[in-house]
Amino acid sequence: MNTRWLERASATLGISGFGFFIFSVVAMALGPVVMLRKVPMQTVEQISQNVIPDFYDLLVRYPDEFKKYFGDPGDPPDEAKMRQYFAEALRLGRKVYIAEGCWHCHSQFVRPLADEQLRFGPTSWAAEHQNELQLPPLFGTRRVGPDLIREAGVRSNDWHAAHFYDPQAVVPDSVMPRFTWFFEERKVPYENGVKIVPNQRGLAIITYVQWLGSWVRPPAEGVPLTASAAEDYR
Amino acid sequence: MTNHVSTHPGSGALSGAGERPLVNLALVKGHIVASLVWFFVGLTGGLLFSMQFFRHYPFPGIELLSPGRVRMVHTNMMAYGFILNAFFAGMLWSIPRLTGFPILSDKLGRLFFWGWQVILAFVVGGILTGHAQAVEWGETPVFIDPFISVWVLLGVVNLVAPILKTRGRPLYVTLWYFSASFVWTVLNYLMGNYIPQFFVPGAGGAAIAGLFIHDLVGLFVTPIGWGLMYYFVPSILNRPIWSHALSLVGFWGLAFFYPLNGVHHFLYSTIPMYVQYGAVVSTVAVELVVTTVIVNFFMTLRGMGRTLVTSLPIRWFYTGMVAYFTTCLQCAVQVQLPVQQIIHFTDWVVAHAHLVMFAVFGSWIMGFFTELWPRLVRRPWKSRALLEWHYWLTTLGIWTMFLTLTALGLQQGYLWRGLNPWEDMLRSSIPFWVFRTFTGVLIIAGTVVFAYHAWATARQPVPAAVTERVEGAEPAAP
Repeated sequence: MNTRWLERASATLGISGFGFFIFSVVAMALGPVVMLRKVPMQTVEQISQNVIPDFYDLLVRYPDEFKKYFGDPGDPPDEAKMRQYFAEALRLGRKVYIAEGCWHCHSQFVRPLADEQLRFGPTSWAAEHQNELQLPPLFGTRRVGPDLIREAGVRSNDWHAAHFYDPQAVVPDSVMPRFTWFFEERKVPYENGVKIVPNQRGLAIITYVQWLGSWVRPPAEGVPLTASAAEDYR
Repeated sequence: MTNHVSTHPGSGALSGAGERPLVNLALVKGHIVASLVWFFVGLTGGLLFSMQFFRHYPFPGIELLSPGRVRMVHTNMMAYGFILNAFFAGMLWSIPRLTGFPILSDKLGRLFFWGWQVILAFVVGGILTGHAQAVEWGETPVFIDPFISVWVLLGVVNLVAPILKTRGRPLYVTLWYFSASFVWTVLNYLMGNYIPQFFVPGAGGAAIAGLFIHDLVGLFVTPIGWGLMYYFVPSILNRPIWSHALSLVGFWGLAFFYPLNGVHHFLYSTIPMYVQYGAVVSTVAVELVVTTVIVNFFMTLRGMGRTLVTSLPIRWFYTGMVAYFTTCLQCAVQVQLPVQQIIHFTDWVVAHAHLVMFAVFGSWIMGFFTELWPRLVRRPWKSRALLEWHYWLTTLGIWTMFLTLTALGLQQGYLWRGLNPWEDMLRSSIPFWVFRTFTGVLIIAGTVVFAYHAWATARQPVPAAVTERVEGAEPAAP
């Protein structure tokens, strides 16, 4: 058999270079895109129609910073304004999440395995990733810290603020680095005159993390870690 | 130019058609030095980041040196700084010799060289100031991506020109790998950095990002690496590759199956299962193809096993091949879904990544640096002992790192599976992570030895006998 034609630049550039590459993209990437064509990508504006309760909590907890960085929604808070601020916070929060490389140590999908359902919650489904905040997708490939796609409402805003400022203060065994640049000092007439509060990036990253999985919020506080707790959870 | 040029690597004449030298030695040397400089940047990043894992990060609370950002500097400088520069050095050396034609333009070569180093500096700056892109292995900031795309294209045009000048003559194996990889790298970069960033979110985007992760290793680093092996191994051993048929099987098998592997980075994700199964099957197929390539190279060495002791480049190359076979065998096992359940998301994967990127391609790069540097500075290596130190420190470092992290990965996987509290995994991992940093220090020590040795060699007075041989540039001809 004469195989010399396989050794020419036309074959290596054309067949293997272009041909096989395009075949692989059609076979492996076009399929998922076509199968998900009926689940259109949600924009941040669509997502932010449901403002999560934790975002209202941030307004109550850090009113000065909230008004300084997002705006004053009035009292009682104007819902349209809150939706607009929520969208801003989500966008910025995701930006911070990417910039700091959070996604290299935290994944954002629960695998269909018993231990992951017990630890994190319901298995991920394709539609929950069809939104602008998964552009590019933040699935992750490593878990030094736990998965975050079921994080919404599991912990309080206060917990997250303390944890971002100094993870070991809250979880002594944590190896997560401190993110002190998410915080600023506020002058107060107590506590030695200074209080450390989240700045714009701090408020945004807390909002983003509290949003992750807010569409399947657990009914009670805490992560279900036992089989019976998980049963109640369902 | 006659056909024999393309079938006997290294036997090409030094001068091309005109007065222009066939190989631009200054560019080869420049890329080697740049590669080492970025390698040190990448090594420093890796060392610093690894110290965060036992809470001894030296610069806590400094935004510009945040461990999460430094991690991305580590991976990107290894891929685009260390490996890409090194491969350009290898290709600038071998392509003109295999085709008989020089690169398209020396001016373009210099433009690519300096432009690329500037781009890398901007990538480091961009990542450290918080402008990373959420594409694994492509964290280069979005606003730098167009420059990278154009520059990769410039580099490719420069190198593909001599290959196209062969006008349809059959090419030597090395050039099959190089030419296919040129197309793959350009297409892959465009696909991976733009489609998931702007157009396709979620599962579809992840499928594309998975292809990008894998294709960067499988369709850029791997083919260029194997191409260089097909060039350097026969030229140093001074005998042809054992089986031309196996070379064909190896190339075409890799070319077909490798691009189909990408989604195996996201098994058990929300990507449709048929795609995931397809990726698993192709990954096993790649392992079978790789076996033919490995057999071919080890049969090429038959009867000449002694060169593993006497020739440092050959020892580096075959050490890398053992690592390559280990990696690919591991791949075929770890993509099986029951194995994935345990090892995915753990340090097993980190071990695997270090084995393939450094124990394989790092070894090959160090091997051909060892081969080329004396020719480029026209002086023999100053000290055999320092070459041995470089080899043993690096090899010991990377292999102990691999074993440590692999064992740790299994431990982490089973702790998670057993629903132990997350902190149990952290507490029990820290001794391993401390040791991992130590293994990294061994690699850095080996590289420091090499860098010093290269510098000291270049500063020696020129021995007359060597000048003769180097200017003839016949690679180890008897």
